[in-house]
Amino acid sequence: MSEEKRRPTPEEKAQAAAEARAKAEALRKLREQEAAGEASQEAASQMGEQGENTAPESPPAPAPAKPVSEMTPEEKAAAKKAAAAEALAKAQAAKAAKDAAQGGDTGEAGADADAKAKAAAAAKAKAAAAAAAKAKAAREAGGDSADAGGEDAKAKAAAAAKAKAAAAAAAKAKGATGAEDSGADAAPKAPSKNQPYLDKYISRLTEAFGAEVLEASYINELAKEVPTLVITNERWHEVAPFLKEDEQLGFDYLSDLHGVDYEDRMEVYYHLYSYKNRQSVAVKVKTSREQSSVPSVMNVWQGANWNERETFDLLGIHFPGHRDLRRILLPDDWVGYPLRKDYVQYDEEV
Amino acid sequence: MNQNILTTQVETSPDTGIRTEEMLLNVGPQHPSTHGVFRLVVKIDGETIREAIPVMGYLHRGTEKLAENLNYTQIIPYTDRMDYVSAMTNNYVLCHAVETMMGLEIPERAQFLRLIAMELNRVASHLVWWGTYLLDIGAMGPFLYAFRDREMILDLFNELCGARMTFNYMRVGGVKWDAPPGWIEKAKDFVQYMKKELPSYHQLVTGNEIFISRIKGIGKFDSKTALDYSLSGVMLRSTGIKWDIRKDEPYCIYDRFEFDVPTATEGDCMARYHLRMAEIEQSLRILEQALDQFPAEGEIIGKVPRVIRPPAGETYVRIESPRGEIGCYIASQGKDKPWRLKFRRPSFTNLQILPKLLEGENLANMIAILGSIDIVLGEVDC
Amino acid sequence: MSTLLQQAPSLGNTIWFILAAVVLLAVLLGFVTYAIYFERKVIGWMQLRIGPNRVGPLGLLQTVADVTKLLLKEDTRPLHADKALFTLAPILAYAPAFAVLAVMPFTESIQFADLGIGLLYYIALSGITVLGVITAGWASNNKYSLIGGLRSAAQMISYEVPLVMSVVGIVLMTGSMNLREIVEAQRDVWNIVPQFIGFVVFIVAAQAELNRTPFDLPEAESELVAGYHVEYSGFRFAMFMLAEYVYMFGMGTLITILFLGGWLPIHPALSFIPGIIWFVLKFSLYVFFQFWLRATMPRMRVDQLMSFAWKVLLPVALFNILLTAVVISYQNGMF
Repeated sequence: MSEEKRRPTPEEKAQAAAEARAKAEALRKLREQEAAGEASQEAASQMGEQGENTAPESPPAPAPAKPVSEMTPEEKAAAKKAAAAEALAKAQAAKAAKDAAQGGDTGEAGADADAKAKAAAAAKAKAAAAAAAKAKAAREAGGDSADAGGEDAKAKAAAAAKAKAAAAAAAKAKGATGAEDSGADAAPKAPSKNQPYLDKYISRLTEAFGAEVLEASYINELAKEVPTLVITNERWHEVAPFLKEDEQLGFDYLSDLHGVDYEDRMEVYYHLYSYKNRQSVAVKVKTSREQSSVPSVMNVWQGANWNERETFDLLGIHFPGHRDLRRILLPDDWVGYPLRKDYVQYDEEV
Repeated sequence: MNQNILTTQVETSPDTGIRTEEMLLNVGPQHPSTHGVFRLVVKIDGETIREAIPVMGYLHRGTEKLAENLNYTQIIPYTDRMDYVSAMTNNYVLCHAVETMMGLEIPERAQFLRLIAMELNRVASHLVWWGTYLLDIGAMGPFLYAFRDREMILDLFNELCGARMTFNYMRVGGVKWDAPPGWIEKAKDFVQYMKKELPSYHQLVTGNEIFISRIKGIGKFDSKTALDYSLSGVMLRSTGIKWDIRKDEPYCIYDRFEFDVPTATEGDCMARYHLRMAEIEQSLRILEQALDQFPAEGEIIGKVPRVIRPPAGETYVRIESPRGEIGCYIASQGKDKPWRLKFRRPSFTNLQILPKLLEGENLANMIAILGSIDIVLGEVDC
Repeated sequence: MSTLLQQAPSLGNTIWFILAAVVLLAVLLGFVTYAIYFERKVIGWMQLRIGPNRVGPLGLLQTVADVTKLLLKEDTRPLHADKALFTLAPILAYAPAFAVLAVMPFTESIQFADLGIGLLYYIALSGITVLGVITAGWASNNKYSLIGGLRSAAQMISYEVPLVMSVVGIVLMTGSMNLREIVEAQRDVWNIVPQFIGFVVFIVAAQAELNRTPFDLPEAESELVAGYHVEYSGFRFAMFMLAEYVYMFGMGTLITILFLGGWLPIHPALSFIPGIIWFVLKFSLYVFFQFWLRATMPRMRVDQLMSFAWKVLLPVALFNILLTAVVISYQNGMF
């Protein structure tokens, strides 16, 4: 998404929405052809047909932020597909309560998948010309329905739709979900009470930064259903201040910060809380084990100071931007980082 | 654990030729008022503190590393050694995290026992704080009064679980020991006794002019700073933010009992003193209700698998310890040992604001401020 | 005793002098031993403890055991301490505390020297103690003891001023600085009544002079560990302890003489009780008051302490002088 489109004013949004609605109507036939034509996009096209059938009754979809006239041909194609997916999402929402119930869970499954994250990114960025052509439609379907989820009224249904699309996309494009995904084989059940919050966070973040900042997002069932976001390492230094300053998010309190060594990667886990909105969010940022480095959030939350030092001390994760990154618990001349899984004690006598 | 953290400047006055040097003072690791092996390197000019750098880690035992090679039940005794003044809450936060992951049901009686133990421990912890804080300020008497009353709580714990400080009382799914016959009555007696005793504490200390002048307006900060520094517990509530996890994110069975969350707006040591005293009252209130409603019989431990294997994934839970928000993060890979265990220790986090508070204060205030944060070094260093 | 002073010096009266001093020292040591025991017992009771009760019957030999331990301990000295000053400091602290007792009239007959300016002598000598404290703080080459020593210097010098000012009223009333005459002048009414303001100022300033709670900042254990004597151990430390309690003995004696009527009975009808008993009773009352304060009071902060001396105590003491002067002038018919 282009830079100037990050924070549309309400009027612009409304206008764009209207345009999009018109566009969706106008493009429906064209899209039908295209969607049908792309035989490889099985899931997407199938859903597209469903959307086709019920689209007239479905509520308006949120708008792609870019007017049609400004689009490049590639973008137009993408937009069409996106619109198709939106319509499909709405349609499904209106159509099947059962689907919704089922979808909540698979949605999480899908959400965890890296493929899904990428799909979301691709979809949100309407100009994502570089995206692989083959999986494009499916991805966009997933991504845009996530967008649709931002609408409060239809959040749950949209989540269901997203789930379907995402699941399809995941299955189609990658066929595998993330290793940390725990909800994949769980029995179907109702979506979490925190799902609307998660959707809100996602929509705020994607609005501000584009979908590519989110590597994944899901409800962590094991941690009292806390919405969890996985943010890309490169953008974290921008996202962190936004999480604190943004009016709707307002995460002014850093409850916990620590790192985890997963042997193939490092993760830094942040638990944030907003006293204004009385909501929690968990944020994870991944980094490599060899050159582990995560931007410091000390300037955003002073409370990160010692926690980052501790993480550095015990796990060896560097926090560029930290003013005083020294060991805190261990002596300065300690060798190695004890909480790493491959840590070998330097001096057995100690 | 660093030797040369601060540098001092030597200045020679051009007029008189007198050489002046800022003084580095090591407060701790062995010092009567650091409440453990905590070191504070302060740069002083006369008695005014220019800069203060806390140094810790002298009590670091690597609990988190050790835990990775222990199964969940074996970790519980290690949590006792973290905040050894309030070990019950530590026990609870670990069990609570595992139970949250596994979705375990806790029997009613176990819930009550846990809650009673935690609240008694909160009273005991605040009593220790009260005594030692007054000792810091220079009054010796209150310390012994506080310890007399705390002793009764420790005796109660001794009967309940056979230990006075390192309880190892809670288990995943419930508690280890049932209350012995007559224990509830004894606890009730204690609550009544303590309610009568508390006013005499205020009589002895709260109105004392010297005491007030020592702590009023000292160590002040506002709510924005408190949030920024991730402060919790009394440190946060003293700035006017009404936040008590027992009330706002109820765990255990706290939502069944009536109690208030005392707050103050001054944000100084005096406010923190009053809040802790008020919290003793509120804890007694909870205890009174809980002891009255204590179920006559029931299981003390729920249906727990023989080997505790939380599902793969991660969890983070937080509860209200006497010192603030204590959190427990577990990353599990479906094994009986945690992949990664991390405790969010309120003492550690609250202590971060100390260098900021100390700047420009004098040495005597340093002690008053450090004491009002209420740290336990076992927890800071973990 | 006084007649000895008038005689020409000879071997005989020199031996007498020395003997008298040794007797006083013995009395003092006895006092210190049991003052410490008494203090620990009293504070123990006030703090719901028992106090010493192991060594000897009722723990009466506890202090003896403590002192024995101190005397038998190895004499340690920091490597970089100033050796000469480090050794000198306890003596500097102790000697004046002992010397002031020379002018104290315990009863009509028991007094070592009857100086015309007894009060001035006391104040002048007691001012030297602060030198011992500063020297100790400096010579130890320890930051805590240095801060403690400097705090102590500031505090003792500051409080000496209101201390002296508060007794000027008595000097005005009595018209003499001789301690014996001051006691005799209280036959009708003790000075505590007409000089109540002076008494209060004196008590407060005396606490600060003695470095005792709530003014025990020089050795504020929670901040400065042990203040100026942090590096002292063994018999040097014992000297400091001795100086502290002897000084307390001196201050108690002075208060008894200045304000509580010395050896005079509470009512002439009770004069069959020997003067020394009255003296000891009044004196003990003061000592008990000291311990009582110590068991209850928190410690003041150093800046509060200084501003209290200069902004509260000194004006009050000056006002007391003015008031006394006005009243005396009025009585003498000047208005």
